[in-house]
Amino acid sequence: MSHLYSPFVTPSSSTNRMMLNVVIALIPGTLAYAWYFGPGVLVNVVFASALALALEAAVLLLRQRPLKPYLGDFSALVTAWLFALSIPMHSPWWLIATGIGFAMIAGKHLYGGLGFNPFNPAMIGFVVVLIAFPKEMTTWFAPAELTGQTLGLADSLRYLFGLGDNAQWDALTSATPLDHYRTSLGMDLTISEIRQSPLFGDFGGVGWEWIANWWFIGGVFLLLTGTIRWHIPVAMIGSLLAIATLFWLIDPDGTASPTFHLFSGGMMLGAFFIATDPVTAATTPRGRLVYGALIGLLVYIIRSWGSFPDGVAFAVLLANMATPLIDYYTQPRVYGELPEEED
Amino acid sequence: MPDGSRSTLPFHLHRFHGGLHLEDHKQESATRPLQTASLPGQLILRLKQHIGEPNEPRVAVGDRVLRGQKIADTPERVAAPLHAPSSGTVVAIEDRPVAHPSGKSDRCIVIEPDGLDEAIAFEPPDLERCSREDLLRLIREAGIVGLGGAVFPTAAKAETAAAHPIQTLIINGAECEPWITCDDLLMRSRPEAVIAGIRHLQRILEPAQTLIGIEDNKPEAIAAMQQALDEAALTDTRLVPIPTVYPSGGEKQLIKILTGHEVKSRHLAFEIGLLCQNVGTCAAISDALDRGQPLTHRIVTVTGTGVREPGNWVVPLGTPFEHLVELAGGFSVERPEPIMGGPMMGFEVRLDAGLVKAGNCLLILNRDHRPEEHECVRCGRCTDVCPAQLLPQQLYWYGRARQFDKAEEYHLFDCIECGCCAAVCPSHLPLVQLYRYAKSEIREQQRKSWKSDRARKRHEFREARIARQKAEEEERRRKKREALAKKKSTPAARPETELDPVQAALERVKARKAAQQVAPKNTDNLTPAQRRQIEEAEARRRKLKQGPDS
Repeated sequence: MSHLYSPFVTPSSSTNRMMLNVVIALIPGTLAYAWYFGPGVLVNVVFASALALALEAAVLLLRQRPLKPYLGDFSALVTAWLFALSIPMHSPWWLIATGIGFAMIAGKHLYGGLGFNPFNPAMIGFVVVLIAFPKEMTTWFAPAELTGQTLGLADSLRYLFGLGDNAQWDALTSATPLDHYRTSLGMDLTISEIRQSPLFGDFGGVGWEWIANWWFIGGVFLLLTGTIRWHIPVAMIGSLLAIATLFWLIDPDGTASPTFHLFSGGMMLGAFFIATDPVTAATTPRGRLVYGALIGLLVYIIRSWGSFPDGVAFAVLLANMATPLIDYYTQPRVYGELPEEED
Repeated sequence: MPDGSRSTLPFHLHRFHGGLHLEDHKQESATRPLQTASLPGQLILRLKQHIGEPNEPRVAVGDRVLRGQKIADTPERVAAPLHAPSSGTVVAIEDRPVAHPSGKSDRCIVIEPDGLDEAIAFEPPDLERCSREDLLRLIREAGIVGLGGAVFPTAAKAETAAAHPIQTLIINGAECEPWITCDDLLMRSRPEAVIAGIRHLQRILEPAQTLIGIEDNKPEAIAAMQQALDEAALTDTRLVPIPTVYPSGGEKQLIKILTGHEVKSRHLAFEIGLLCQNVGTCAAISDALDRGQPLTHRIVTVTGTGVREPGNWVVPLGTPFEHLVELAGGFSVERPEPIMGGPMMGFEVRLDAGLVKAGNCLLILNRDHRPEEHECVRCGRCTDVCPAQLLPQQLYWYGRARQFDKAEEYHLFDCIECGCCAAVCPSHLPLVQLYRYAKSEIREQQRKSWKSDRARKRHEFREARIARQKAEEEERRRKKREALAKKKSTPAARPETELDPVQAALERVKARKAAQQVAPKNTDNLTPAQRRQIEEAEARRRKLKQGPDS
């Protein structure tokens, strides 16, 4: 006789469905990315995903786990997709392989697989390649709006396998807006001078700001479907805006505006898709607020005073480290435990 | 307030944390009128149908019993006797499968009804003359227990509570579990009995106010109860429709909704001046006090996707569940899954087990394929819905890792096992099952450590006793030695004649021996011939004694 236990109700959701929702929510932003910067990003996503699924299957075989339930949970797809969106397009295949390898093996399965990893696997992979391959990781392409052309699918594939044309390459690359800010501020230029650069749009970088808007829309979809809760994105964006506004009010010509911070780099993607990874985030209601706020704060600190132009990945990993501590100190009040007792 | 029963003042409701809006599935059974169940071939009555001390049979195999006759009882206070639900013959007193999550067997009295349904003469007590103690005794004698599912003996609960000032008496008509409609049908068909029972409880407890909480998905029950309440004109009694959110019928949750108070962990409601009783219990109290009838029947909902004609029946206790399935038109699915209670907190039962006082519902579902379990992804949905405001996910991790002390630290024992966490878990983990397991493991550990503690204490006590006796003995000897040493060191102070006692004893023995040897008895008045004979004999003896070498 099968072992039966309450509750005898059909579950309303599944982890597979949650992960699938994340994948769906990533589609509009990814398409916008391809629209502004060419299909290179799609090549990244497809190659990284295929690699991640293959690695997941290989590790599962080594660990003697059933393939179907684990491969079918879409978590490898989400990790690969987020990693592919974080790195520069037209990255060489070995860079993607290194990152995905670290993400899937060191970041996920060495800890016991989905549910047991303390760090966001995609960010582990990203940080490894960021530190190991600084040249490749700082070679970004300019949006089509500025250069008038993007690389097509065939060219993208050529670059992926290191067969691209170097002359064409140099013509198309440029600094990211965050990078530009950083170098220009280093040269004592004022904000108004810096913003003369064609890289900047209405509130963020050209192209980037609109991709950020699409991440936001994907994030709203995740909120509406109950896939994520509001606490982390709101706290993360709120704390970044708060500290950015503070410094901007003090020195409006020497610091970037709060909206620029919000719409640049990995902030929007991070707030809705990366920091909200349930496995590695704080889980208590108050803890999620603390966790989100900590990431927002760290992003600003790393961007302003750290040695990297963007800080979302490092901020997320640092906050991951603090998660058990945050959860411990933010336990909710249990029914019957009155706040005024213990006198 | 002169007329408390129909106050138009808005009532301020409170909210409890979390909970779920579930498909309530009440229509299936609530749309049919209350029916009376036919008698089954056998009534299988578990001896213990309550929380507390076990009952002993008061009948023997072969006895004829009448409806209402007491068939099992115990002198203990926290218990409730059992009465025969119909007339017939006791055919067995033996272990039978009972309605229990473990599917275990327990002692049951089996009655074969004779179909006459003859009853003992029920004598309603003279309530005017009854003291509070009399009322409590009558409630106990009627075998009444909490019919909301907890089956705690009502008299014991009320008696303990009556020792405290009760501010608010709460009547629980929430019936928040999906599918179950037995309280709904009771309130619709016998609202006056519920109100009469409330009146008796008010007499015992003297609460300042009484609140009747009914979920607002039962408009007919609310209307019927309000009408009965108006007719009875009870003072300071108010019917409060509450929002339909599972588990609003949990005692702690209903207290929160109606009063805003929270009962502290491991404390009871009466400690903060509150007492909860279920509507079914109130009706049973009225039956006992107004009609003199003990608890022998209860209303049972037989429903689910797996029976043809769901409905509610007044069923004699002990009726096998398979008989209830027949009443509801039989199974309508291939693989029926019989559950006693609701889908959230019920458990699978064997169909040959008999109905108990706790059995509010027999739910028949189709044995569906259970969705696959995944690893916990820490999404925290369980935390959002937990009405006890716990962190179910942390409890899961600690329970799984057998770190029971940590699980206790995270308030495992405040879990009411409502099943909300498991119902929303996207990884489909058997959370409640794990908490039950962890609780039982902890209780077992506590029992063991209590036992070993006791054994250790006993051992230590014994060791201490032996050590003490040794020490005492030692002390006695030491004193004696000291005394002797004193004697020896001061011989001048004592007369020479006084000898060492050992030596004196030896002297005495010597003297006695010598006397024995020297002085034969009865030799004073002897003839010369006799004397001679004796001397000869003595000479022979001496010769023998001295042996050949002398």
